[in-house]
Amino acid sequence: MKKAKAWMVFVLMAGALALPLTSWAKTEILWWHAMGGFLGERVNDITNKFNASQSEYEIKAINKGGYADVLTAGIAAYRAKNPPHIIQVFEVGTQTMLSSGAIYPVYQLMKDQGIKIDWEDFISVVKTYYSKGGNLYSMPFNSSTPILYYNKTAFEKAGLNPQVPPKTFEDIEKAAKAVVSKGAAKIGFTVSWPSWTLMENMHTWNDQPFANNNNGIAAMATELKFNGKLGTQVMELLTQWQKEGIFTYSGRAARGDQPTINGEAAISLASTALVGTMARTSKFDWGTGNLPKLSGYPQGNSIIGGASLWVMKGHKKEQYKGVAKFLEFLGQPEQQAWWHANTGYFPLTRAAIKALPEDHFRKNPNLWTAFAQITSGKTTPNSQGIRLGNFVAIRDTIEGEMENIFSGKKTPKQGLDDAVKKGNQTLKEFTSLYK
Amino acid sequence: MKKSIFKNPILPYLLVAPQLFVVLLFFFWPAFDSLRLAIFNVSPFGDRMIFVGLDNFIDLLTSPEYYRSVYHSFIFSLGVTFSCISVALLLAVLVNQKIRGLAFYRSAILWTFGVAPPISGIIWLFIFHPTYGILSYGLAQITAYEFNWLLKGWIALVLVIFAASYAHLGYNVAFFLAALQTIPNAVVEAARVDGAGGLRLFRSITFPLLSPVTFFLFIMNMVFSFFETFGIIHAVTQGGPGDATTIMVYKTYVDGFVHMRMGLSAAQSVILMALVTFLTVMQFRYTEKKVFY
Repeated sequence: MKKAKAWMVFVLMAGALALPLTSWAKTEILWWHAMGGFLGERVNDITNKFNASQSEYEIKAINKGGYADVLTAGIAAYRAKNPPHIIQVFEVGTQTMLSSGAIYPVYQLMKDQGIKIDWEDFISVVKTYYSKGGNLYSMPFNSSTPILYYNKTAFEKAGLNPQVPPKTFEDIEKAAKAVVSKGAAKIGFTVSWPSWTLMENMHTWNDQPFANNNNGIAAMATELKFNGKLGTQVMELLTQWQKEGIFTYSGRAARGDQPTINGEAAISLASTALVGTMARTSKFDWGTGNLPKLSGYPQGNSIIGGASLWVMKGHKKEQYKGVAKFLEFLGQPEQQAWWHANTGYFPLTRAAIKALPEDHFRKNPNLWTAFAQITSGKTTPNSQGIRLGNFVAIRDTIEGEMENIFSGKKTPKQGLDDAVKKGNQTLKEFTSLYK
Repeated sequence: MKKSIFKNPILPYLLVAPQLFVVLLFFFWPAFDSLRLAIFNVSPFGDRMIFVGLDNFIDLLTSPEYYRSVYHSFIFSLGVTFSCISVALLLAVLVNQKIRGLAFYRSAILWTFGVAPPISGIIWLFIFHPTYGILSYGLAQITAYEFNWLLKGWIALVLVIFAASYAHLGYNVAFFLAALQTIPNAVVEAARVDGAGGLRLFRSITFPLLSPVTFFLFIMNMVFSFFETFGIIHAVTQGGPGDATTIMVYKTYVDGFVHMRMGLSAAQSVILMALVTFLTVMQFRYTEKKVFY
């Protein structure tokens, strides 16, 4: 009896030891990402393609939740000395990653591995954002920008011309009023990622400063500026619309995506990354347009959102070889073109744009919208991007204060002033850490 | 008390050693680490630490935001505790009677204890949702008031109180039911002979006899709602709108893991630690002695 037990334990242990042996054949590379649902499936498609294309490395793509969750998990794993090889970090985490001392800059990795990548071929807005001193620190992956979505079916029901998207705030007001009063849609106007669409991009699109030092691109930002005329004007307009029943606040982060996708909202501002999902799932006619302009301000540009891939320190050399090969693969024109066409994110290199079929944008006008918007806008010191220390916290602060404004607890000016005050404190703490 | 029954003087220490090790590793070490972190300003990735002394505590105790989270915590916890205890007591008394289908009712009431708090949060989120929630729809039919918890702080607070109470109701019922069954029949019968009716019986006999359990549950509910409801808040409101449902534990999380201000977060966890210690001492000291009667 005793002997039998001992044997069983032995067999079990041997089995347990043998299991990982089978996977040692390939070098495993971990990639933590934030792509769920439809986009998560596309991430799996692309990693499967890479895994099938060679036999040395196996990319394991793991969805760790939303963007903020992935960053949090990555930091915790790094502090526990067990980080994944690659981590997808949203654009607001960029300065945090740059200053972290925890990353292996992508340009350095490629140099060390002797892989040549034509960095100059990357489109400039994307390249500047993820570069320091002219060198790319992370691999651009899913870059987006906010655009305007509108429900053509609801427009038609309300007697509006479904071929013309609203171009200004006045247009939105008129259309939303018509839609709501005729009962053509539940929600007249809403937004996803409220801070990103209403504060960050409204400032850059209308060429107004969001923070000092060229929004933190020229040097670390120390002072926020979004409580000026434009910011206040946007928030006042929206609270007014809310009272009139034509604007509905849908919640923080990506919660506004839902009413856009299911057609509840007649007009909304959301990421171009929704195009892929909408094309697949929505059961109504929809269209896209540029971000709305506020009259009286010069033309700026919309800025990129989305995320890039950061390589973490602390792994073995042969594993880094696999990481470099995978990133090189992601940069290939065919992969870029495929990713863009299936998701709605930007193709990131000129070669990728050339790799698209000639009539691609004519056939897919909604994929063209974001591209046309960002290439036609004017890139000025106010609109080349916003890079702030601990931007994650600042965005959270802004969205919290927006809720105070929309719930009537604070006036627009007061709410924005408080957000700036608290945000400046965050910046001060960040710069004091990284002096 | 009996003297030691161990012959070997070292053996008892060896026997408790594993448990002691677990406690040291998972309770004392993190607790001391929080104490240490609380006096530093720490970078997100932990590579830089600047000694700041008591600055984190001063920051907290001078910020109106922190006091708001304390205030929200108490409103939330008292709300959960009060609704849990009163509803649970009512249900426990009801299922303590000899009625048909008793086993069914008892398990139906107790099983909410098996619902994980975040799941309970999601259930109530669906019921309350401003666009597709059945309760919001019903309320909209009978009143003109907009019950939108995305915008109205107090509604969000009521929502998370409901969700937390629902998740913890079974626990309360179980304790009340057990306590009800320990009430001696003789006492109840004597009171009946004296002519006490149902309500009078409850007020003069049952409720006072239940008071030790009620007090115990009061403490346990406070501890639960202060420290274990993070999942509900995170799943439903994320502390919003504004900071209307940001209770102390949630603020500790947001400051530490969203805003990545580890030092500030550690300082808050030190304050929370003091609070839970206080509640535990209260419980040990008073539930043992039979309070109030």
